[in-house]
Amino acid sequence: MAYADQDSGHHAGPDAFIWKYVFSQDHKVIAIQYGCTAIAVGLLALVLSWLMRMQIGFPGSLEFVDPTVYYQAVTMHGMIMVIYLLTALFLGGFGNYLIPLMCGARDMVFPFLNMLSYWFYLVSVIILMASYFVPGGPTGAGWTLYPPQSILQGTPGHDWGIVMMLVSLAVFIIAFTMGGLNYVTTILQARCKGMTLMRMPLTIWSIFTATVLGLLAFPALFVSAVMLLFDRLLGTSFFMPYIVHMGQAMETGGGSPVLFQHLFWFFGHPEVYIVALPAFGLVSDILSTHARKNIFGYRMMVWAILAIGGISFIVWAHHMYVSGMNLYLGFFFATTTLIIAIPTAIKVYNWTLTLWHGNIHLNTPMLFAIGFISTFLIGGLTGLFLGNVAVDIPLSDTYFVVAHFHMVMAIAPIMVVFAAIYHWYPKITGRMYNETLGKWHFWVTFVGTYLIYFPMHYLGFEGMPRRYYAYEGYEFISDSAQNLNEFISVVAITVGVLQVLFLINMVMSMKIGRKAPANPWNATTLEWQTPETPPAHGNWGDRLPVVYRWAYEYSVPGAATDFVPQNQPDDSQPAASTDHGGGGPAGGSPADGGPADRSPDNPHGVSA
Amino acid sequence: MSSLLKTLVSKPWLSGQDVVGAPADVQAFALPREKVGLRLFFAVATSLFLLFIVSYRMRMYYDDWVPLIEPGLLWFNTGVLVLASVFMQLAKGSAQRRTTWFVLGGLAAISFVGLQLLVWEQLAAAGHFVSSNPASSFFYLITAVHGLHMLGGIVAWGRTLLLAGSAAEQDRYRMYVDLCAVYWHYLLLVWAVLFYLLLTT
Repeated sequence: MAYADQDSGHHAGPDAFIWKYVFSQDHKVIAIQYGCTAIAVGLLALVLSWLMRMQIGFPGSLEFVDPTVYYQAVTMHGMIMVIYLLTALFLGGFGNYLIPLMCGARDMVFPFLNMLSYWFYLVSVIILMASYFVPGGPTGAGWTLYPPQSILQGTPGHDWGIVMMLVSLAVFIIAFTMGGLNYVTTILQARCKGMTLMRMPLTIWSIFTATVLGLLAFPALFVSAVMLLFDRLLGTSFFMPYIVHMGQAMETGGGSPVLFQHLFWFFGHPEVYIVALPAFGLVSDILSTHARKNIFGYRMMVWAILAIGGISFIVWAHHMYVSGMNLYLGFFFATTTLIIAIPTAIKVYNWTLTLWHGNIHLNTPMLFAIGFISTFLIGGLTGLFLGNVAVDIPLSDTYFVVAHFHMVMAIAPIMVVFAAIYHWYPKITGRMYNETLGKWHFWVTFVGTYLIYFPMHYLGFEGMPRRYYAYEGYEFISDSAQNLNEFISVVAITVGVLQVLFLINMVMSMKIGRKAPANPWNATTLEWQTPETPPAHGNWGDRLPVVYRWAYEYSVPGAATDFVPQNQPDDSQPAASTDHGGGGPAGGSPADGGPADRSPDNPHGVSA
Repeated sequence: MSSLLKTLVSKPWLSGQDVVGAPADVQAFALPREKVGLRLFFAVATSLFLLFIVSYRMRMYYDDWVPLIEPGLLWFNTGVLVLASVFMQLAKGSAQRRTTWFVLGGLAAISFVGLQLLVWEQLAAAGHFVSSNPASSFFYLITAVHGLHMLGGIVAWGRTLLLAGSAAEQDRYRMYVDLCAVYWHYLLLVWAVLFYLLLTT
């Protein structure tokens, strides 16, 4: 029996700093390494978005933002946010932290591979950042990296920037594969006694499915990246068509740019769900916990996750309606795109119905979770517009598309990222965050994102194209559009800067935050029942937990408390707290500054 | 399949339906995790090779495609790879001569990689370089990716060999030999598909 599911014995981790915190094989440390790196690189991408907004809202105000810098910012912002922030944070960060804890394992099944995964990820980030220091700077080809333009003269970074980007992506994919094999194998093989598949929290189901999607879809990006590298470095013509470039016929030719697009989007659309599915799972658990209600339609939620995962492989070409592919194919992909909306809509209904008649606690994680439902719904509905060929063609490459994918794939998942960080912060750090700052952070972010992205829909309808460096002199764009752009830029930069509220909260709370009880939210899932907070190496002390029930026993009629932890036997009081002096229903709401009283009037120890 | 369906329609909120079992009862597969991990890796690698094959099939219908010559040496190399797989299977099944067969299986794999490089040299000598034609580009690319997977296997083979002499590590050694054998068979299967593709197009 390997370490991950060793039932008993002493589990002291390494003592030396370098093995404990740097080259650690502990899933929790690796998760934090992933999380911090992803957030750091995400902050850089945020700054890049400010450069873009300054240029769009106040053209020429920043002298150094010339077209080259602008396109490099567009490209790096997109790629960093999608791959190096969201994918890495959801799977490398939350996946690593929560899988062993929620499944009742001591660690991932292949800890060494897990450590390697992080270091490969870090190398991929370093390679990407290094592209700012190579001749010509990073690529400015747009995050989709479409050939032939991405490797032709005239595109920023066509010489070395694109090479760095492709190599970085290849290394990232290797990192993801090492991590992904761990996540899936751990979920399949290292669950604790009693944790059957249908007792798993939806977080685990969604991370599992997203990882399977990643393992099968990232090879498409790998294949396209390697072939594009060959075209760039070795003069092959996998994708390069016959081109007269700068007045001269190029030596390469005969290739198919559309082939690249098919490969890219065969990865690219599942990638949307690689990001969205973990968000779906995390938000399900957060909503259920803070509404003190079981998740509505658990089985349907599991089936919906699996259905979305499957269908996500047959919708990719809805990104390519204007790429010259066969129009009849467009009909097929429009149909599958509408079909995938069904399981997605089921999830939205079920989240809403989970809230219905719930005992809702509007603390920071819950606010962000509800914010997610709202933003995801808006982004999802505009997706129905764009999924239809006839509507998509006039709206293609306009700000309507920018507004759509930011709402559905940027803001909605980021809402969940914040919800999840606030929710699990007490477990990860052992301290409570500042609730007031958290709520300010929520309202600024939530209202701000609507102010930024709602007007963009209108700009898109007006025909304002995306990715343009300057918008002067286009008759179809009304003068008022510029006013709107100024407004969006001011709000975007303000909301971006105010994310400092989050950073201050996270850093300061680690020092001065109130000490967190083991289970401050009175949650049922296993990670809240650990003997120590933050969990020590090996997670579970002397004995692995045993699971007796599913993950959503909230407000069960007749139960002594309004939650029953998964590891509590049928015929006993909440056990974990007495076993270990830690987990179980010992905590209270953080809003009142301490574990809530338990009295006949308030048997759950929950504050209003 | 029926047990999977049974799992997915179970109602975990009803007490008494799921009986707490031993850890093995909640494992999805009755296999060591290394074997499960390797099979998952096969899924990833299969996706990778399939996408190369699909790209190959799509690209070959363009006008500039000129079918590549097939050096006879490829047949010999295929034979060496088959032999490598046979040796590994013998290592898996033999208690007494496990290490002997295992060493032979690894050496055959190393020979295969070397011989593939020789094929590259022959093609280059005949004027077929990486960028000469999309057909040759694909040949170099696909054989390189397959060869890199083989090299990965050879690294694992070397690490496994280090366990051979240790009496305390015999269980692990036996399992790693099994894993190598399965990996060799997988790469033989992949090569068979790729070779068929190259021969028929």
